Amino acid sequence: MAFVNLKEKEIQVKIVYYGPGRGGKTSNLEYIHRKFANRINTEMVTVKTHGDRTLFFDFLPFDIGVINNFNVKIQLYTVPGQIKYNATRKLVLRGVDGIVFVADAMVLRREKNILSLKNLQENLSEYEKSIFKIPLVMQYNKIDLKEQGIPLLPMATLERDLNSKLKKTSFASSAVLGTNVIETLKRIISLTVTSIKKDLK
Amino acid sequence: MSYTLGQEQLDSIEDILNQDLIDNGVRCVFLIDMAGNIIANLDNGEKQHDIYSLAALAAGNFGAVSAMAKIIGENEFSLLFHKGKKENIHFNKITTEFLLITIFGNDISLGFLRLKVSESVEQLKDILKPLLSS
Repeated sequence: MAFVNLKEKEIQVKIVYYGPGRGGKTSNLEYIHRKFANRINTEMVTVKTHGDRTLFFDFLPFDIGVINNFNVKIQLYTVPGQIKYNATRKLVLRGVDGIVFVADAMVLRREKNILSLKNLQENLSEYEKSIFKIPLVMQYNKIDLKEQGIPLLPMATLERDLNSKLKKTSFASSAVLGTNVIETLKRIISLTVTSIKKDLK
Repeated sequence: MSYTLGQEQLDSIEDILNQDLIDNGVRCVFLIDMAGNIIANLDNGEKQHDIYSLAALAAGNFGAVSAMAKIIGENEFSLLFHKGKKENIHFNKITTEFLLITIFGNDISLGFLRLKVSESVEQLKDILKPLLSS
């Protein structure tokens, strides 16, 4: 639910990183925070449990500059990935404008990715939003683990499991190293801003 | 789903908040939507807060408390208030989509604040209701 402030000439946009637990959603935000440290003048807000897992959400606001005379403020959120935190996941999705689905490319997590995507679809439908229509980018994370000999799902399998019906743009990424993190972000911002423009016409 | 507020509407909102709250000694007041976007924010010039983070956390907190209310069979909790040593924070829902948050010191009583907040809320409703009535 983007808010357009005609007085300040400002648009506020909410983008949520969704996906299974330990998939790298927080790592995405941490990388973005490091990379754009000069542009982001606030600390990343994070509500964690003792075990360093996201309990409620992480939050990172930043300005992307002026588009069509409007100053665009992007608010990035992550959800807690663990299954038991569905109530808080639903809360974070409220008013979402765009989503990055961070899947875990490890063979071990195949089932978890599928369940999390299904859960996203269910939670969106509670807000009367369709997973097919909302701006969404897929990110297959942890490709750096291949070098350590950890078995990863082939990209074709991930695409078939998660993206065969959705047909969204996808990136193979490493949130820890920053591979394709910014590309993912740029893509979701551009899709979301385009969709908001259309929405306002 | 996006929504827009124009200069005139935002000016009226700020006038209401200034007259009812800031002029009566509230340190800081902000109007947000449940997605965590900030519609208006005013303060008395004494302190600057990281309002974007505050708004995100406030929307999340409010959502969490509402969900707790439902679980125990309440529609909602009518008083949402956190008391600190020097600063206090008060939340008030305006329609289902908007939230008014005030930060105030111990020089204002909670009763007086609630009275002033509810006066503002009534006026704000007139401006905000048509926006997201669906």
